[in-house]
Amino acid sequence: MDFSFSEEQTMLADSVARFIDTDYDFESRQKTAASESGYSEKMWRTFAELGWTAVPFAEEDGGLGGGTIEQMLVMEQIGRGLVVEPYLATVIMAGGILRRLASNEQKLKWLAPIIGGELIATLAFAEPQSRFNVANIATTAKRDGQGFVLNGQKTIVLNGNSADLIVVPARTSGNQSDRSGITLFAVPGDVSGLNRRGYATVDGLRAADIHLDNVRLDAADVLGEEHNGFMALDRVIGEATLAISAEAMGIMQKMHDKTVEYSKSRVQFGVPIGSFQALQHRMVDSLMSCEQSRSLLYWCVMLNAKGHADAIKAISALKYQVGTAGVRVAQEAVQIHGGMGVTWELDIAHYFKRITAIDLMFGNADHHLDRFISFSQ
Amino acid sequence: MNIDLTHEEVAFRDEVRQFLDTEYPEDIRRKRDESVPLTRDDMIRWQKALNSRGWFAVNWPVEYGGTGWTPVQKYLFANELANANAPHVVPFGVKMVAPIIYTFGNEAQKKRFLPDILSSDVWWCQGYSEPGSGSDLASLSTRAIRDGSHYVVNGTKTWTTLGQHADWIFCLVRTSSDVARKQEGISFILIDMKTPGVSVKPIITIEGDHEVNEIHFENVRVPVENLVGEEGKGWTYGKVLLQHERTNIAGVANSQYRLNKLRDRAGQSLHGGEPLVNDTNFVRKIAMLDIELKALEFTELRTLASVAVGNAPGPESSFLKIRGTEVQQALDALLVEAAGYYALPYVPQQYVLEYPAADRIGEGSETSTSLHYFNNRKASIYGGSNEIQKNIIAKHVLGL
Repeated sequence: MDFSFSEEQTMLADSVARFIDTDYDFESRQKTAASESGYSEKMWRTFAELGWTAVPFAEEDGGLGGGTIEQMLVMEQIGRGLVVEPYLATVIMAGGILRRLASNEQKLKWLAPIIGGELIATLAFAEPQSRFNVANIATTAKRDGQGFVLNGQKTIVLNGNSADLIVVPARTSGNQSDRSGITLFAVPGDVSGLNRRGYATVDGLRAADIHLDNVRLDAADVLGEEHNGFMALDRVIGEATLAISAEAMGIMQKMHDKTVEYSKSRVQFGVPIGSFQALQHRMVDSLMSCEQSRSLLYWCVMLNAKGHADAIKAISALKYQVGTAGVRVAQEAVQIHGGMGVTWELDIAHYFKRITAIDLMFGNADHHLDRFISFSQ
Repeated sequence: MNIDLTHEEVAFRDEVRQFLDTEYPEDIRRKRDESVPLTRDDMIRWQKALNSRGWFAVNWPVEYGGTGWTPVQKYLFANELANANAPHVVPFGVKMVAPIIYTFGNEAQKKRFLPDILSSDVWWCQGYSEPGSGSDLASLSTRAIRDGSHYVVNGTKTWTTLGQHADWIFCLVRTSSDVARKQEGISFILIDMKTPGVSVKPIITIEGDHEVNEIHFENVRVPVENLVGEEGKGWTYGKVLLQHERTNIAGVANSQYRLNKLRDRAGQSLHGGEPLVNDTNFVRKIAMLDIELKALEFTELRTLASVAVGNAPGPESSFLKIRGTEVQQALDALLVEAAGYYALPYVPQQYVLEYPAADRIGEGSETSTSLHYFNNRKASIYGGSNEIQKNIIAKHVLGL
């Protein structure tokens, strides 16, 4: 048992943290968040130059061969910097499917440009009726000669407004909630019959509702085996859940640290508000919640890095923690910042919105508590 | 980062299991499983069994008889003992006064006191709190006035756990009141309980047991060689003591054992004719505790790992104490809830092994849940209440 990071891992975490601290300021982030696409292409290319887009991919595919631990280290800094660029959608989600299922030709076509920072991609995992059950898929893909015809609706597709590639799970057989009969398709964003309605989300990111109306695809657009896409889909949603939990860790730590600093400088009744015991004890509770969350994060990452039997259960424990203790830390930070904490001007409000969105994403705290219970029996 | 145990760690764990199989006295095991209180002799026999293997003074430096174990070994050891439901060692000698003696005491004191602690031949108790000094410990007023080669001690110590069994007591006493801060002028002295003028008065706690005492000192003459370290530095030593005992301060392994018991019980207890595990609400409460406890387990491991690579021990122990006791008390409450009506009978005379089975009301493991629940409200109060711990963290970690 060992809690220390390797030299390479420490270097990676330090370099991402340094970049976030010096080159990713909040004011620029806000301008980017208010722009049409919701992210900066220039910044995204820089991420690629720094190698971040290559982290989880195999060396033979042009990646850095990183694993769960490296993804966690990057995502925590993404949380700390309140990054709006489409790392989760492109690298973790679409990239996660591609590195598992894509053929060599498909990797050349889609994965290489993702690593190069030239292509934005996403995974359309949700439908209007599915809520948190990713197997609940009403979108259909019907055989048509050598190809397929897709019909259906996907919702809250992260960065779906600008994605060049959308990985679409569709039902090729079985009933609406069956785990078998799901096939994953690589759908180019500009294919005929695909209509998207992009929108901002409360956390300043972007998503889209996507309508598929007789979208025609080749057999070559199928990722992996026909009917057998669920396992990869489920694994990638699990990885993405862990990834946004690491992001939440970065957010809650940042919010807590900023709150303690603020309480030392904000003077009321002639003294810093940090001298009030009522506030001190609440900040101590937040500190303990941060440490407890970090412990679960490390536990979860270590289990997942080794593919242990409890790995999936640990993801649900972690996501529950983020959705309860993490959100509480954020609410306390807003409260102790007073009126300023609920202004658009202050970053605290935007961190709060992001961690709130993270609780809802891929299943909220209640959902994951019940999932944790189902794995405990 | 690696979660797997090494071959050496697995071998060590097996060695501990083997030891428990053969050396953990059967009668003590039965008492523990049936919630029968242990006697002084039971506790000493268990500690002597541990010591015969060199596993009693886990955290002492090797030169005085410690183990030199890694944090992971200490963690595995605590887990195995908890899984066997083995008793805790009585902490006052081995975990509390001994570190003060080997850190601040002189050679004569080390020679005189440490071997008897190691062999459990001398039983120690703690004299910190006073009737007028609880959380504000530094306001203590027990006085030790120098008279030739002796101190003359007058005052009262309270909440002295198992003081009725003790041979010696370590005390914080005031040796000078002519000081700028009340933390100054306090000294750390060792007192033989047989000295004339020492008297022990029982305090019966909420569940009806005699666990704690009030100790009175009336003109008790204590040789000056029983002063540890420098006169007037006792407060500093006492603080070091509070941070010293880091292993298992959160009681994680024991809580894990009790959580498993709770799961078992929820599978057996009936609720409207159905097992309690079918009650979604109850199962969620167990799951939430399970997650909090897993986090605490890794927080403790992270803390131990950090101390092992040379980071100074600090106020993390306050953190472990707060969250550890919160989990313990939440478990206490859920165990009462799982026992249902069987948490109500108060029949203290039946907690002996010889009690006729036919006369027993409920199972000991059920009827004792409420007694433990009431008793263990002390956990968030003793050792510096959890609110005091928060003050410590606010000051020393957050810099407020």
